[in-house]
Amino acid sequence: MVTGKVISVNGPIVKASGLARIKMFDIAEVGPHRLIGEVIRLAGGVTVIQVYEDNTGLKPGDEVVSSCRPLSVLLGPGLIANIYDGIQRPLVGISEVCGSYIEKGIKLPALDMEKRWAFSPLVTAGAALRGGCVLGEIRESPLVVHRVLLPPGVSGTLTGIAAAGEYTIDEEIYTLDTATGTYTGKLAGYWPVRSPRPFRLKKKPFIPLMTGQRVIDTFFPIARGGTAAIPGGFGTGKTMTQHALAKWCNADIIVYIGCGERGNEMTDVLTEFPNLIDERNGRPLIERTVMIANTSNMPVPAREVSIYTGVTIAEFYRDMGYSVAVMADSTSRWAEALRELSSRLGDMPAEEGFPPYLATRLAEFYERAGLVETLSGHDGDITIIGAVSPPGGDFSEPVTQHTSRFVRCFWALDKILADARHYPSISWTDSYTEYLHDIEAWWRTLDSQWLSLRNEVMNILLDDHRLQQLVKLVGTDALPQTQQFVLFAAEMIKNAFLQQNSFDPIDKYCSPEKQLKLLKTFLTLYRKGSQLVHAGVSLKEIKALDVMSELVRLKSEVPNQDTARIDEYGKRLATELDSLKELLTGV
Amino acid sequence: MAVEIEYTCLSEISGPLIFVRGVRGVGFGEIVEIRDGSSAVRTGQTLEVDEDSAVVQVFEGTSGLSVEGMRVTFVGRPLEIPVDRDMLGRVFDGLGRPIDGAPQVITDNLKDINGLPVNPWSREYPRDFIQTGISAIDGMNTLIRGQKLPIFSASGMPHNLIAAQIARQAMILSAKEEFTVIFAAMGVKFDMARFFIDSLEESGVLTHSAIFLSLADAPSIERLITPRVALTLAEHLAFDEGMHVLVILTDMTNYCESLRELSSSRGEIPSRKGYPGYLYSDLASIYERAGRLKGHRGSITQMPILTMPSDDISHPVPDLTGYITEGQIVLERELFNKGIYPPIAGLPSLSRLMKDGIGEGHTRKDHAEVAAQLFASYAKVKRIRALEAIVGEEELSSLDRVYLKFGTAFEEEFLSQGPEENRSIEQTLDLGWRMLSLLPQEELYRICAEDLHKFYIPSKERGECQR
Ligand SMILES: Nc1ncnc2c1ncn2[C@@H]1O[C@H](COP(=O)(O)OP(=O)(O)OP(=O)(O)O)[C@@H](O)[C@H]1O
Ligand SMILES: [Mg+2]
Repeated sequence: MVTGKVISVNGPIVKASGLARIKMFDIAEVGPHRLIGEVIRLAGGVTVIQVYEDNTGLKPGDEVVSSCRPLSVLLGPGLIANIYDGIQRPLVGISEVCGSYIEKGIKLPALDMEKRWAFSPLVTAGAALRGGCVLGEIRESPLVVHRVLLPPGVSGTLTGIAAAGEYTIDEEIYTLDTATGTYTGKLAGYWPVRSPRPFRLKKKPFIPLMTGQRVIDTFFPIARGGTAAIPGGFGTGKTMTQHALAKWCNADIIVYIGCGERGNEMTDVLTEFPNLIDERNGRPLIERTVMIANTSNMPVPAREVSIYTGVTIAEFYRDMGYSVAVMADSTSRWAEALRELSSRLGDMPAEEGFPPYLATRLAEFYERAGLVETLSGHDGDITIIGAVSPPGGDFSEPVTQHTSRFVRCFWALDKILADARHYPSISWTDSYTEYLHDIEAWWRTLDSQWLSLRNEVMNILLDDHRLQQLVKLVGTDALPQTQQFVLFAAEMIKNAFLQQNSFDPIDKYCSPEKQLKLLKTFLTLYRKGSQLVHAGVSLKEIKALDVMSELVRLKSEVPNQDTARIDEYGKRLATELDSLKELLTGV
Repeated sequence: MAVEIEYTCLSEISGPLIFVRGVRGVGFGEIVEIRDGSSAVRTGQTLEVDEDSAVVQVFEGTSGLSVEGMRVTFVGRPLEIPVDRDMLGRVFDGLGRPIDGAPQVITDNLKDINGLPVNPWSREYPRDFIQTGISAIDGMNTLIRGQKLPIFSASGMPHNLIAAQIARQAMILSAKEEFTVIFAAMGVKFDMARFFIDSLEESGVLTHSAIFLSLADAPSIERLITPRVALTLAEHLAFDEGMHVLVILTDMTNYCESLRELSSSRGEIPSRKGYPGYLYSDLASIYERAGRLKGHRGSITQMPILTMPSDDISHPVPDLTGYITEGQIVLERELFNKGIYPPIAGLPSLSRLMKDGIGEGHTRKDHAEVAAQLFASYAKVKRIRALEAIVGEEELSSLDRVYLKFGTAFEEEFLSQGPEENRSIEQTLDLGWRMLSLLPQEELYRICAEDLHKFYIPSKERGECQR
């Protein structure tokens, strides 16, 4: 324990003197309320601390104490279904102590210290163990088997382990003979937030993260272990997309980080997730979700840490062999926190006031995603999906630009689509994914032609995009029937496939099978239809077919379990289209 | 705790800031009183403190202050105001001091004007529909109790008339519950404030309202305090007294300009258009003070009004506001010039809390679909109008022309209404169907077959022949 004194206060940046031996990123407790802060700079005898709580009233001369330990999160059973602030203080506990508002200086353990967890050991005394190996199991939630791991960096011979039974996270569970002496372990332990947890090796992602959102899964898929950015101006649908993914994507664990965004959006997750049932296992979605909420009105420095807190928790579950998806909404608010702190430190700014190290920090963050072989030899992965909020919706700004260098999937939200209430407003012309070929093999198990089907439909949309430039100049009627037909088919694909309402009881989630069948239906329309128009059938006749009006409503009328109805519809569509051909040849 | 320490040594005055030397034991964010020899006392707050000096922002501005002969007192606590139910029916200045001639409200209930951040866990998700009687809002951008929904306006447009209409009509309907209006004016002209006060008076609710005025002639730095003072009272009324409070904050652009002024006098590195990098967080500390809390009856609904400099929605003030609030009501110059009141833009306006406050049990089952279809069809109208401007009407397809007819009707009948006209939600939705029925059924793909069957009005019944 070292102590020192405050010498100056400038917003959340506090300078102190007298803290000998303190290191970068150590925690320091500041002033009479013992506000939590972190050392972010050491210069001569002066320690610069960023304080994670409101420090109104803090005075020069106030005491600063530190036990010289880095800012860490507590990892153990009980994280699931919990909600924390940016520095892992439990929000439920805080509300029990101080009501509706977060008072400063409050300190509570991140995990329940009293709860007894049913632990079953999986190793026996005498075993030679290395860091990261599985020691035993706990059922953390009906959906999550929590694997108790030997912390990375510890190795030796197991000299004792608790018998199957119920233990708190504060009890000693096992002892190990190590090169440096006896090591005693518990069910929970600390890990410094700014240090990525180690793994054996990184692998190339190959399984798609199925999200149930057609424009993503079919056109711009992301792999488990991949990275994606969702840039878009205000109100274009970043948060809704993140919520939809957190609800329906097929990861085992979701870490949802509300970073500098609205309080009500976290409340929305908190009220909805316990009541939403996951179709795949019949359990409430909350049972696989961990939430970090450092909303826009909570202290800015804690916003900067919140994404590290979130991703460290994600790594913890990855190391147990799970597939984890991290939603960070919004990384721009994190970057702004970085900017604010660096400007208070008097750093020379680079672009738009952001510090020169913005790009490095972004790269480091996204680098914590990936499919890995864990220290225990299993596969585990982290997918990171970050929202980006560019000022004025202009993608040329630094955060969007740098982020696009470090992610491999870019879901660009389009203001014009959002204005027309075409959601998700993910642009099919400006978005891209680099995972298409990595995950193709997976889709081939459903249909060997998947990629070429997908590309064929994509090409209709791109043709349409080109034709729209013409339409803007001459109007639709001036185009030949064949081109008008392309516009019609594309319009159908936009309304009946790309557009997907998150509030629709059926369409909010679309299974891969249903996506594929819908895709094929559009191809039936397109292939047969273009032949017909080429042969002289008018577009009007095609539009007038009885089956046409049903097409737009298939997505919201056919449930995922009943996709045979789409096959049946496809047959009728084919027959009706063919009947037009017969008319033609009949004449 | 409240040790009062007095100093006389100013080293510098710069813009709204004074620099005091030789101070000891002064806290960050504390209140400071400054006396200049006359009887007047100015209030300020420390922005930065170190071992022997402090930087203080003076809310009343520094004009008339000199480096010599000042007495500066550090009060040892943050800025607090008294809050009490008796403040309803009263008029205060921008720092919360009465200016209506009546004495200061007597209470020992003092609250820090910065409030505390609400624990997200303790929020109650807002779901109760507020009927404003304005079709463009109720039908397509529904206001929810506890929402923060700003009006993005621009010079010369009738945002005040709209805000007053909302305040008046929303109140009539909530006769059963206690409803109050808190009106905070930042840097606006007196006649504008007068208009509001009169309008509240006419509808007989002035006695249930509190008014905070930091008018255009008040020191600009005072505006940084005004919304916080107003919201501190709002929190008391909503969460201690159980009232439904509508807070109107006008004009947030003036507020932001004051913040820019303060920031530049501190020599901070500016972000876009000279505004400080922390403008987002600062605005959030105001806007996030709206909402509902678990276990409390009341609510705070915020309606900030801001003017978009040169009608530019990507200007930092509307832009950052839109990133924090739960939607926005955007006023459009083009509609205004066509003489349409209220000129609420069809596409960029949005209410994000609408989804949970409409539909069966709240408004009507078809509400979400009608709104979505109106948006989608009107978006198409905009595309066709752009095309028409290039190719001329003759080149448009017959369907395109039907859309244009729909567009005109939508603007002139649905959007447009009188400043005194109060439409029920049923009237609004029925009107919506009348508009949609101008389009062929096949075009209404956002509507389920069942509702289409139930509500669509075929052209024969509309009593006109549709070509
Ligand atoms: N998939 C969707 N289905 C239905 N509605 C949607 C969808 N996506 C977005 N919306 C609508 O758009 C609104 C705004 O979306 P959202 O809150 O996700 O925007 P955002 O990009 O996160 O904005 P901000 O940057 O201000 O947080 C929502 O309230 C909802 O009405
Ligand atoms: Mg959002």
